[in-house]
Amino acid sequence: MRVRAIAGRIINQLRHDKRTMALVLAAPLIVLTLVYFVFQTNGQTFTVSVINAPKDMVSEMKSNDDYDITVRHDSKKDAVGAVRNGEAEAAVSADKDCSRVKIYLDGSNASDAKVIRAVIEQSAAAVVRDNAKDAVHDLKKTMAKNPAAPDIDIEMSEPDITAKYIYGSEDGSFLDSYGAPLIGAIIFFFVFLIAGINFLNERKGGTLERILSTPAKRSEIIAGYVLGFGALAVVQTIVLTLFVVYVLGMTMEGSIAAVLLINILTAVAALTLGMLLSTLASSEFQMMQFIPLVILPQIFLCGLFRLSGGWDIAGHFMPLYYTADALTAVMVKGLGYSDIALDAVVLAGCAVLFMALNAGFLKRQRAI
Amino acid sequence: MKTVELSGVCKAFGKKQILHDVDLGIESGEIFGLLGPSGCGKTTTVKIIAGILSPEKGSVKVLGRSMPDLKIMGRMGYMAQAAALYPSLTAYENLSFFGKIYGLKGSELAERIDHAAGIVGLGDELKEAVSAYSGGMMQRLSLAIALLPDPDVLLLDEPTVGIDPVLRAEIWQELRKLADGGSTILITTHVMDEAVKCGRLAMMREGRVTAEGTPEELINRSGKNNIEEAFIYYGSGEHESQSDSGQNNQSAKA
Repeated sequence: MRVRAIAGRIINQLRHDKRTMALVLAAPLIVLTLVYFVFQTNGQTFTVSVINAPKDMVSEMKSNDDYDITVRHDSKKDAVGAVRNGEAEAAVSADKDCSRVKIYLDGSNASDAKVIRAVIEQSAAAVVRDNAKDAVHDLKKTMAKNPAAPDIDIEMSEPDITAKYIYGSEDGSFLDSYGAPLIGAIIFFFVFLIAGINFLNERKGGTLERILSTPAKRSEIIAGYVLGFGALAVVQTIVLTLFVVYVLGMTMEGSIAAVLLINILTAVAALTLGMLLSTLASSEFQMMQFIPLVILPQIFLCGLFRLSGGWDIAGHFMPLYYTADALTAVMVKGLGYSDIALDAVVLAGCAVLFMALNAGFLKRQRAI
Repeated sequence: MKTVELSGVCKAFGKKQILHDVDLGIESGEIFGLLGPSGCGKTTTVKIIAGILSPEKGSVKVLGRSMPDLKIMGRMGYMAQAAALYPSLTAYENLSFFGKIYGLKGSELAERIDHAAGIVGLGDELKEAVSAYSGGMMQRLSLAIALLPDPDVLLLDEPTVGIDPVLRAEIWQELRKLADGGSTILITTHVMDEAVKCGRLAMMREGRVTAEGTPEELINRSGKNNIEEAFIYYGSGEHESQSDSGQNNQSAKA
């Protein structure tokens, strides 16, 4: 009864605070949409200014599968000028047999430059390869005409490369690989901050003291918070997941129920940690100061980024690591409950630990 | 049996000793005033009685049971000095929340809210968010919350600050009605014309109870003309230097 009263009050507070609700629900959608577009590299259009190059090489560039390459023809001076003022991403000059290729690159965007350079190099390599094939073919023909020559059998074999994707696909976007842990990180961040600030205000405003002057048990207060902010996490998870799957077209292999389970456990760990740390803060601003201490290291170490040796071990001490691991398992790999059981247990363990510490802090205030 | 009984209560925050050996006894059906200058330990005393602070030493009993006791706390109303409200919620939602925390529900909850809001003169304003309230309205709402459980013991920490004289008179009338009905009321105040309305008073200074008695007794004992002069007499330490004239007068700081 009291648990429901506290949960209901928290939901009422959130309902009245339209701005916070808008932030919680809309801001993550904007962030995810940004991530989707900013990191989308496939299907990008690049302009290459050709000073001189064999026709084969130009058509090779234009027919690139992954990128739209627009080709324009310029004098050397104009070509370099075009790169300089941003009209073209690169300029290229190659001799007839592509034995010498000179590329002028706009390196201000390193990843774009890398991509274009690779496209041009591949095109040149393809021309060289074709030329070699033709040469061998001619050589064979000449030798056939001249039987006196020893029978040399030259065989050029192209390497046969086939790529097989176990998870994701060739045209998978950045969001497919990073979306799942990002959703976990977003939920952790918002629930941590909002629950922490709510509890901080409760302590500072005297309402916690007032609740402690009633027959409410400490466990009921904590359970009320878990229920209230758990409801927030459910709403946020549903909105976020539907958005990334149906609007941004992220692949969703596993069950949404498993995603909800993980996100609720994440929210409970985040809110109990937020309540705990709020006892160390004396203002909302001081609560914000926990972002670089508590949130950012977790985002760096949770598995969102490839880590250099040793640091991935540090990640194992962060609750968010288990969230990211489980969400990737369910959303990207399509694995089931048995594969996320360990993650769920660790998250639940964190939550229980934080709850116990919270109850201890409340006990310092009121003995029962 | 006394309704509220403190004996030998000591409380410190860190190294700072707030209460020294406080003894208090409040009878059932009494309006008991706790007077003293700022920082003398009135609020700490009230919080210890309410069960939200634990004393280092001494015993606190309310209605015969040692505090904190959840059963007894359900029969107590507590109004803190700061309004202690949720500003983003409406006044009604604040009342309803604390009512549910006290275990009220359904029609009983609605009736109690109506009754408590009526006492403090809040009506249509209940639908407004508390953030739009004036200081006086918040104070009234806070008092209404303390009245919600129909308490046997009512602890009011400076309840009438920012409330206009007309409403204050009405609230006092209501408090007297509650006391006549058997409720015990502890009130801290700075307002002298309120102090004289209390059945008995305790004067506090630097964490000690320096005098206790009816307003008339305190005025007579101090040899002053009115309660305000008696307040200054007991609150400034004047009486200590008189009763022990060999001591240095330095202890008489404001």
